[in-house]
Amino acid sequence: MDFLQSIDWMLLLRCFIVGGLICIVGQILIDKTKLTSARILVIFVTTGVILGAVGIYKYVIDFAGCGATVPLLGFGANLAKGAITEAQTSGLLGAFIGGVKASAGGIAAAIFFGYIASLLAKPKIKKQ
Amino acid sequence: MRKLGNQTILLENPPYILETSSIVGPKEAQGPLAKYFDQCLEDEFWGEKTWEKAESKIIKENVNAVIAKSGIPSTEIDYCFAGDLLNQCISSSFGLREINIPFFGIFGACSTFVEGMCLGSIFVDSGAAKNVLCATSSHFCSAEKQFRFPLELGNQRPQSSQWTVTGSGAAILSNTNLGKNCPQITYVTPGKIVDMGVKDGNNMGAAMAPAALDTLITHFKDTGRKPSYYDAIITGDLGYIGKEILQEMAETKGYNIKSNYDDCGVLMFDKDAQDTHAGGSGCACIGTVFSGYFYRQLKERKINRILLMATGALMNSTSSQQGESIPGIAHAVAIENITNK
Repeated sequence: MDFLQSIDWMLLLRCFIVGGLICIVGQILIDKTKLTSARILVIFVTTGVILGAVGIYKYVIDFAGCGATVPLLGFGANLAKGAITEAQTSGLLGAFIGGVKASAGGIAAAIFFGYIASLLAKPKIKKQ
Repeated sequence: MRKLGNQTILLENPPYILETSSIVGPKEAQGPLAKYFDQCLEDEFWGEKTWEKAESKIIKENVNAVIAKSGIPSTEIDYCFAGDLLNQCISSSFGLREINIPFFGIFGACSTFVEGMCLGSIFVDSGAAKNVLCATSSHFCSAEKQFRFPLELGNQRPQSSQWTVTGSGAAILSNTNLGKNCPQITYVTPGKIVDMGVKDGNNMGAAMAPAALDTLITHFKDTGRKPSYYDAIITGDLGYIGKEILQEMAETKGYNIKSNYDDCGVLMFDKDAQDTHAGGSGCACIGTVFSGYFYRQLKERKINRILLMATGALMNSTSSQQGESIPGIAHAVAIENITNK
């Protein structure tokens, strides 16, 4: 019971709604434009970098938690944040190092788990 | 053999389509035409390690099947025309590397099957060959990987996209009917490349429809025939979107094809139950639907005159990534029951 009581249900709701809204934007781009999924990915990450760099996105993260950090916008904002922080501590070169450093965990995990999945799973045809 | 009008060839010794064979994948086997195909596969790999190997196996086994069905020993087949969608046509060349028949690898994208029939029938009519083999294949999974995204990415397909048919169609053209009742190829109308500037690789029906219109009208002008001459006018893989565009454009040009026109991409799948979006596509779409369904209809004389027109989108993944438009092409053959038997 303590566990259930310790959960911030309102935060979960905000997380769900904000994450869902970001996905809705992606779905609209897929359905209504001719953008490929790769381009949409780049648009989301770049938008995240811009929102992160001008300092807006941290309010979204405060408001919605994982609903804002898990989508691609969060990855972009994280890149921007890392670049700014590193630039402040180690100069201009840090702008190039910081972003990748801040997201290194995510990138390495994606490669690691992708590799494991490719060993364990076999690709299948789509259903539709 | 002589040329008529701008680009049609009249075959004075019309080659017989002696036999056809078709193999389809599991999704096609759930479609409305399933009972007409010679073999339906239970899975996309067919015991192979990769989709490319599976596709090679499909065309290889289908070619073996059509030769066996025809009753002609493979040593008496003079030439083979085959092609597919994969880079450098590896499905055909790898699948057919052991058949020991002089091989012409052809690329016409999804128009390959009829392109092969055009060339093969000219060979037979001219006397250069007694028997010619035409074959093609495509595979949903290998085509998605090459032209769009690998399936592992799990991305969504837009509503305008078509579903590449997994399978293979093959036909043997011959100067003899071996005493059997066989339809013959009477006219060949090779198409021109037509590019109206459509750039969306997920809307190939719209990209190919103008090419189909060009070939269709040219065929009628060159031969003096009217659309109503044919029991069926069949395009390869325009799908729902392209079919509608072609019908409308033909009507504005004064050719009403509403009553006897259909498209293999539309016929192949059940629109509501199978959700393939804009319909089927791929070399095997017209290859299997003709070999399986229409050839039987011709043999049983349910239809006697058909204009078979395969449509192709001549782009590759590099041209799409560089933002190029998609050139379309359409090749047509007139297939008719001539002998009264």
